[in-house]
Amino acid sequence: MSLVTLAMAGGFALILIGLYGALNNRNILRIIIAFTLANTGVHLVLVAVGYMPGRTAPILDAAVPVDQANALIIDPVPQALVLTAIVIGLGVTALMLAYALRLFASRHTLDISKFTELKW
Amino acid sequence: MMLDLFIDLSLFTMLVATGIAIVKMRRLFGVTMMAGVFSLLSAMLLVTLDAVDVAFTEAAVGAGISTVLMLSTLTLTSRIEKKPVHTPWIPLLVVTVTGAAIIYGTLDMPHFGDANAPAQVGVAAQYMERGPEDMDIPNVVTYILASYRGYDTMGETAVVFTAGVGVLMLISGLRRRRRKHPKDEGEVG
Repeated sequence: MSLVTLAMAGGFALILIGLYGALNNRNILRIIIAFTLANTGVHLVLVAVGYMPGRTAPILDAAVPVDQANALIIDPVPQALVLTAIVIGLGVTALMLAYALRLFASRHTLDISKFTELKW
Repeated sequence: MMLDLFIDLSLFTMLVATGIAIVKMRRLFGVTMMAGVFSLLSAMLLVTLDAVDVAFTEAAVGAGISTVLMLSTLTLTSRIEKKPVHTPWIPLLVVTVTGAAIIYGTLDMPHFGDANAPAQVGVAAQYMERGPEDMDIPNVVTYILASYRGYDTMGETAVVFTAGVGVLMLISGLRRRRRKHPKDEGEVG
């Protein structure tokens, strides 16, 4: 079992755990935390896609000459994308938490089954 | 080699166990703290995956700022949570179907870690060839993020700005409402 397989399996497992947590919990704060869980799972999977065994981190120095960089370092593009995704995830989490605060102010509860306006 | 595998395996076991604990625990304060632990563990994992830049962003953003935000939300709301009374069969069914779809989707993917996979031979090779001439920064991720993928980063800044404006609007409305409330009660009393 290699590290990439482990990272892929772990990432997918976290996505599913997060989905289950978001569907099964009734507390809005816990639903938000479950979303961040699934988010981290996606990040792990994306980074694992760019990982290649036997290569090193994407930093050019004495150990990684520029002309051989392509054969010595792992794929840097997924890492750059995940960096963007982490910061956007923080923005989304902050917005969800602010909504949770507003909902709590209107009903004095975070139980999502008490918010029934959009139910049919 | 054995030690590497042992470290990776134990980190992954701890990460998944923390995830299950977050979903299963009942006390909200504990759940929030476990979310911080979870972020730190995933940052350690990203280091073993050679993604150092991603790892320290995750440690700063996930374990730092997110935990602070969640704790402050927790102090402003209630910590009590009722036990769910319904059966978890529908969520379990949805999760099973999604898991099956994910596994089906990975079947025709290239072999994990394959250096000749289409994703690895495309644009990344060009970035690595041209980068040192174009801007002479040793960290490849940094120059991709700031230059070749600069528009992505600009879009990210726009998204974060919009989220910040949204949070400010929601919170400021809250404050006005709270200031109004005691007065209303005073008039009634």
